[in-house]
Amino acid sequence: MSSVDSTGAEKPRHKASRAPRTPMSERPAKERARDFGEVGMGYTQEEAIAEANRCLQCRNATCIEGCPVNIDIKSFIGHIIDGEWSQGVAVLKERNALPAVCGRVCPQEEQCEIACVLSKKGEPVAIGRLERYLGDYDLACEIDHRCVPEVADPSGRRCAVVGSGPAGLACAGELARLGHAVTIFESLHAPGGVLTYGIPEFRLPMQIVETEIEMLTQMGVEIITDTVVGATVTLEELRTTEGFDAVFIGNGAGLPVFMGIPGENLNGVYSANEFLTRVNLMGAYDFPKADTPVWRGRKVAVVGGGNVAMDAARTALRLGAEEVFLAYRRTQDEMPARREEVHHAQQEGVEFKMLCSPVEIVGSDGFVTGFTATRMELGEPDASGRRAPVCVMDSEFTIECDTVIMAVGTRANPLLSNAAPDLELTSRGYIVADETGATNLEGIYAGGDIVTGAATVILAMGAGKRAAQAMDGWLKDLS
Amino acid sequence: MFRIVHKRQLSDAVFEMGVEAPRIAEKARAGQFLMLRIAEGGERIPLTFSDWSAQDGWVRFIFMRVGKTTHELAHLEVGDSLLDVVGPLGVPTHVDGLGRVAVIGGGVGAAVAYPVARAMAAAGSEVTVILGARNADLLILEDEFRALDGVDVVVATDDGSAGEKALVTAPLGRMAGEGTIDNAMAIGPAIMMKFCAQTAREHGVPCVVSLNPIMVDGTGMCGACRVTVDGETKFGCVDGPDFDGWKVDFEELMSRQRIYVDDERLADAEYSRECSCHL
Ligand SMILES: Cc1cc2nc3c(=O)[nH]c(=O)nc-3n(C[C@H](O)[C@H](O)[C@H](O)COP(=O)(O)OP(=O)(O)OC[C@H]3O[C@@H](n4cnc5c(N)ncnc54)[C@H](O)[C@@H]3O)c2cc1C
Ligand code: FES
Repeated sequence: MSSVDSTGAEKPRHKASRAPRTPMSERPAKERARDFGEVGMGYTQEEAIAEANRCLQCRNATCIEGCPVNIDIKSFIGHIIDGEWSQGVAVLKERNALPAVCGRVCPQEEQCEIACVLSKKGEPVAIGRLERYLGDYDLACEIDHRCVPEVADPSGRRCAVVGSGPAGLACAGELARLGHAVTIFESLHAPGGVLTYGIPEFRLPMQIVETEIEMLTQMGVEIITDTVVGATVTLEELRTTEGFDAVFIGNGAGLPVFMGIPGENLNGVYSANEFLTRVNLMGAYDFPKADTPVWRGRKVAVVGGGNVAMDAARTALRLGAEEVFLAYRRTQDEMPARREEVHHAQQEGVEFKMLCSPVEIVGSDGFVTGFTATRMELGEPDASGRRAPVCVMDSEFTIECDTVIMAVGTRANPLLSNAAPDLELTSRGYIVADETGATNLEGIYAGGDIVTGAATVILAMGAGKRAAQAMDGWLKDLS
Repeated sequence: MFRIVHKRQLSDAVFEMGVEAPRIAEKARAGQFLMLRIAEGGERIPLTFSDWSAQDGWVRFIFMRVGKTTHELAHLEVGDSLLDVVGPLGVPTHVDGLGRVAVIGGGVGAAVAYPVARAMAAAGSEVTVILGARNADLLILEDEFRALDGVDVVVATDDGSAGEKALVTAPLGRMAGEGTIDNAMAIGPAIMMKFCAQTAREHGVPCVVSLNPIMVDGTGMCGACRVTVDGETKFGCVDGPDFDGWKVDFEELMSRQRIYVDDERLADAEYSRECSCHL
């Protein structure tokens, strides 16, 4: 925290408050579980200041190490303490182009907050909520009062970015800041990647993503939707006929995986991607006002234990399901979903069936009527360090339901790489890139889920930004 | 925005439309499709290319007015625009080295058959097109097919109002039985493709089919388009739309095409209430 204000007078030294962690108000579970309005309401100004005042402003701020993009957390919290909102926003945006998004969806509990000195006592500073507070403050400003990063003089170089998810957006923002002309190519009709088609409105309102993206266009980034790289235009053509000097690939890991069990193609079985895309991107919650329908089950089973599974389950509730349960083959302790999401899902009435793995989906007349599952138990730790689930012999049982949503993972989409035979891939189709994002092809960089496999928003953004800096260096060497 | 540059009514309910889409026109191949969305809030629907011109930068497709989206589409005129058009999607139809090949186009399937037959003939195959429809009024593109070099045309209608009074499987079975074809490709309603594949198989003739499952994105991202081929799940939009007709699970395809019939009825009813046009 700066100790000298604009008048030059010394500020009193910050003395941390000892108050407990400031809760964030949430809409009551009963009420929110039936509509798509946001769950968490965000801090008020008083709450934000109260929470910021808990920060010890440590000399050696370990929280910064915990952040995958090393946001200067100590400094932005310092600005909140001093009521310097815009300065706080500017600090955030030095490292993170989408604070209102990350403040909502980052797993802070295992990143910055776990590294907070106060977490030893179980009550770390609510860094995520403070980030959200400043992000929302910025979004609420008129567009010309918002914090738009300064753009360097035009470099005369043109960069293409494939995909407009967090990786692509972060890369484009950084490239633009460095003075390069940037064009994003997106295959869908709307930009945002998972932020738009995957994460539901009640967790991340579409308006926020749209407004954040608006800032990029404000900085001069051009976004061309409806363009599938690998089909409409190839990677090679981007470099040749389309005349781009460098390309960043952030096309995500969007291909849904199914379990490969009998009955999976029955009507009423969805991939989480399809279910969420119908509802979020295509607006099926508003059918028939929007034209895309979605099968509205009364008794919905979601298979999986990650954020995607939680989102699907909670979305099903909001579409009017009477009963929604999650089938997961390990136990709640092993669930990869954020704790907050698990908690919210349970509050809203999602039932958890643990140690349960479907082996066959059954139906009649082409529609799902239920599934058969086996009981599991936890055995030895596997490669992921979690105890591996093993089948219990002769433990099969049947559960009734009319919808099954598979949230058991995703794979790399081969549309781009099929048309780029020289691009080096892993055996599972992910793009091979070094820590700067450089691929085996000169001038072509990649990052986000397409390199790491399904991960997080902030990791994808970090990769996009790092790649932009490497691209900048590479472009400078060109001339 | 994609400007409409061509519109032609082919029969009572069937229309041909062309839109300006230079990047797509550059890449389009026979058997591939596009996804379009008319306006905000609209659904994404797949339509196969019926023609394109890389030089003039347009692509064409043919559609039947059946539900809300296609009704809205039919209302648009040259000079109007579509909000979204994306493509070309799907694997192009394999057109090389097929020898003597029968291309069956049933109903609007004829639209897809047209560029396919043209490409096969251009690749040196001896092509017989079997055009099928319920009656003469529903028959489309007959003249266009007849104008193609190296393509013979056989017409079959259910009521005999044009060509022979038969289902398309009759001429197909005859040709396969006489040994005058080496390959077949069927494009049309699922039930027709099922019986074409069955007929061809009885005579040992390979038969490719162009499937039309429900799609959302058309790029492999959702799995709405799942079909079972040879016991394995495939994604119609990226693994297809062409598959080996002998191995396709048509019952499943037809069942999956019916998932949203109730919803579609609801949407149609809402739509006809809103707009004076009758459904
Ligand atoms: C339902 C759900 C919930 C999640 N919840 C969280 C959460 O709470 N917190 C968190 O940190 N992470 C969460 N994640 C994970 C996180 O969203 C991803 O790790 C992140 O979005 C990856 O970013 P990306 O930019 O690499 O890819 P994506 O977001 O997948 O974006 C890729 C973009 O590229 C486009 N594209 C693909 N192929 C092409 C092509 N050939 N040409 C042009 N464009 C193309 C796609 O349409 C898409 O827009 C969630 C994921 C899902 C699915
Ligand atoms: S339509 Fe979505 S994967 Fe094929």
